[in-house]
Amino acid sequence: MELFVFVLASAMILGGAVGVIVRNHPVHSALSLVLTLFGVAVMFVSLEAHFLAAVQVIVYAGAIVVLFLFVIMLLGVDQSENLMVEPIPVQRPLALIVGVGLAGVLVTAIVQARSAVQTGTGAGLDNATQTGDHDSNVRQIARSLFSDYVFAFELVSVLLVVAVVGTVLLSRRPARLPDDIGATR
Amino acid sequence: MIAVAQPTTAWYLILAALLFSIGTVGVMVRRNPLVMFMCIELMLNAVNLSFVALARDLGDIKGQTTVFFVMVVAAAEVVVGLGIIVAILRRRPNATADDMAELKG
Repeated sequence: MELFVFVLASAMILGGAVGVIVRNHPVHSALSLVLTLFGVAVMFVSLEAHFLAAVQVIVYAGAIVVLFLFVIMLLGVDQSENLMVEPIPVQRPLALIVGVGLAGVLVTAIVQARSAVQTGTGAGLDNATQTGDHDSNVRQIARSLFSDYVFAFELVSVLLVVAVVGTVLLSRRPARLPDDIGATR
Repeated sequence: MIAVAQPTTAWYLILAALLFSIGTVGVMVRRNPLVMFMCIELMLNAVNLSFVALARDLGDIKGQTTVFFVMVVAAAEVVVGLGIIVAILRRRPNATADDMAELKG
């Protein structure tokens, strides 16, 4: 059963990822990205990270991709890019070689280090089927987040406020007609 | 009941490595800044996937907590990055990554 889920979700993830980089139209790329993000959410469920799966769907697929689509639609940059023209001649073969090389190095490292990793060194994940508590994953993350990582949590909230303020400043239209640098201020 | 191979942690890590490589190729190949941003999201998701797989392997909830933080930072990054892209594309429509070579507007 887990194998079936794995194969299906891998197909979603890799198909969506390839779709992001080969589709001409940015909207199609964004929709392929949704496919990949849902596949990752499925993976999270099968890896017993139920809370993160929900967050993945809500934050990534719900918020981030919608933000992408808003920007694509509002700016009117939705004309497709002709992927057949290649402005820098050797760029694509070079990028492909680098990508294949990176994948090869990573996969080799994983296969080599497969037996060296010591499993089960942590305190263990609370499983809903074992504890009989359907909130056990959320409870465990919350306990970790609000005890060990509470300072990081507060810092992240500051980061979000800074991001919101910065974006409002960046995307505000300048009151006066911009001369040369006014628009990005 | 037929005994089938169960996916081990290494399978998830290999999938994450492939996803990361596809994202890298995308960043290097595409010239639309929005699509390049989506490829960065792919790479972040690959890292998240490997974090969660190792969290289950090690039986340690801290991997999942880290993924939570990565998601928050990714959201902030997307918001600021799209703000910058909007500011640039408003001044010059159809700008690609090659047109933004100089800092001066």
